[in-house]
Amino acid sequence: MVWEWVPRNVDRIVELLGEHLLLSLVPVLIALVFAVPLGWLANRSAPARAVLIPASGLLYTIPSLALFVMLPGVLGTQIKSPVNVIVALTIYTVALLVRTIADALAAVPSMVVAAATAMGFKPARRFVSVELPLAVPVLVAGLRVATVANISLVSVGALIGLGGLGGLFTDGYQRNIPSEILTGIVLTVLLALLADAVLLAAGRFATPWDRARRSGA
Amino acid sequence: MIEFRGVTKRFPDGTVAVDHLDLVVEAGGITVFVGPSGCGKTTSLRMINRMIEPTEGTISVDGRDVAATDAAELRRGIGYVIQQAGLFPHRTILDNIATVPLLLGWSKAKARSRAADLMELVGLAPEMAGRYPAQLSGGQQQRVGVARALAADPPILLMDEPFSAVDPVVRESLQDELLRLQSELGKTIVFVTHDIDEAVKLGDKVAVLRVGGVLAQYDQPGQILARPVDDFVDNFVGRDRGYRGLGFLSSDAIPIGELTTVALGEPVPADDAWVLVVDSERRPQGWSNGAERGGATVVEAEHLVPGGSLYDIGSGSLRSALDAALSSPSGQGVAVDAEGRVAGSITADDVLRALDDVRRDVAAA
Repeated sequence: MVWEWVPRNVDRIVELLGEHLLLSLVPVLIALVFAVPLGWLANRSAPARAVLIPASGLLYTIPSLALFVMLPGVLGTQIKSPVNVIVALTIYTVALLVRTIADALAAVPSMVVAAATAMGFKPARRFVSVELPLAVPVLVAGLRVATVANISLVSVGALIGLGGLGGLFTDGYQRNIPSEILTGIVLTVLLALLADAVLLAAGRFATPWDRARRSGA
Repeated sequence: MIEFRGVTKRFPDGTVAVDHLDLVVEAGGITVFVGPSGCGKTTSLRMINRMIEPTEGTISVDGRDVAATDAAELRRGIGYVIQQAGLFPHRTILDNIATVPLLLGWSKAKARSRAADLMELVGLAPEMAGRYPAQLSGGQQQRVGVARALAADPPILLMDEPFSAVDPVVRESLQDELLRLQSELGKTIVFVTHDIDEAVKLGDKVAVLRVGGVLAQYDQPGQILARPVDDFVDNFVGRDRGYRGLGFLSSDAIPIGELTTVALGEPVPADDAWVLVVDSERRPQGWSNGAERGGATVVEAEHLVPGGSLYDIGSGSLRSALDAALSSPSGQGVAVDAEGRVAGSITADDVLRALDDVRRDVAAA
């Protein structure tokens, strides 16, 4: 293996790493904005749930490459625009999160919600100060799955020339540089592990009550 | 004062939970809604703060129709203690208690200082302030639930089977605590339970509801035990209602007899009959007779037979007097004063004669 490739291409690796991070994490943030109200709706109304949950499951079955190729036609974007990848991954993330959020909200004990109502919380404030915080542990679990899935999916974008570290796979394959492919794999895995660890820690930090319960003190 | 006028609740599936309820909850007392499951007691309670809207009829609080109020505003003015406490798991004890004051727009500092006062009022140690509900026992969580309901000092308190999830010993202490609090605070309390013993213990008035949400009887607990209006109430009130009813009858008429006592460490009495052994403060320690002493010359602690329940002449009822007599090994119940010192003896016959007198008085009245 020709390891000199790595030091000679540090700038490019860092650039692709940044691109990978951007392409995989921005969709998570956008998806969260859409998925919370949709999950809320699915938890609140049975007819909405009957539509939203199967629909989000269906969305996830669209092959990613097909979506990357299709989106420019639908959105009118350039074929190499990062918007395509971001929109595609946002769709997948929403699909994953709607169900998670609906389930997380359904798992909030009904006594707690009833108590909040009886204390005089109006529905919007009750959602923000009681139901949503209590959904955080399950929500974070869903976010971890979605984030790791995105980090892996971004690579597929390399086939349309926009895939962050995935670019190292296609380039390394075409030019037969195994160390380039290996660098791509190792960095993708490390990135996924790191993102997962950061989310896990953030989730713990945001739910001190859960920590207290778990320690059984 | 809370008034139900012709209140009916029919759920969309056709079940009638409450059927033409007419009832007045008097201000400043504890009114208990009691009945089997499906009798509409919780539904009735939840219609007061509009958690459930009635299908027909009106509910008014101090003359104001609740349907005409803003629901959230109404609820902030009515304390609510829910089954299993219903505490917010993600908030500390102090913040749980401060909930309603914060909703009312109090400053954080003022709300928290009020919450700290309430922790003291319901007997929670200050170091619990920063803990989360999952770190507390069931009984402590219920205290927090009561403190949270009282935080904004509402005139009305709704309590929905608040003590049903705790064990009997803790439940009894929570009930005593509630009665103590109520004697200080004088709130208008509506309390829902399926436990008739809890109902008669806590209620100034008890409403017995039957399945289908029909009010069967609404009266003082003593009256419900003494005079159930029909078989349903009779059955619901239970087998030993005669005995439990004695708890509501004054024992002032019971004569207190002489009681021979001997102090620990004194020489044994001449005869072998039962004698009450007391300490230097004349507090009862147990009973002793010739057979138990087995020839000892001085009365010692190891020769004592445990005594029965004690009858407090200041605050006792016919029930506690009768129980004291029945549970005493000698057949003589021990009457004590407020300091717990022996005041004399009572017998079961005395109690029954006193009951006769009470009955005659009631009949004459």
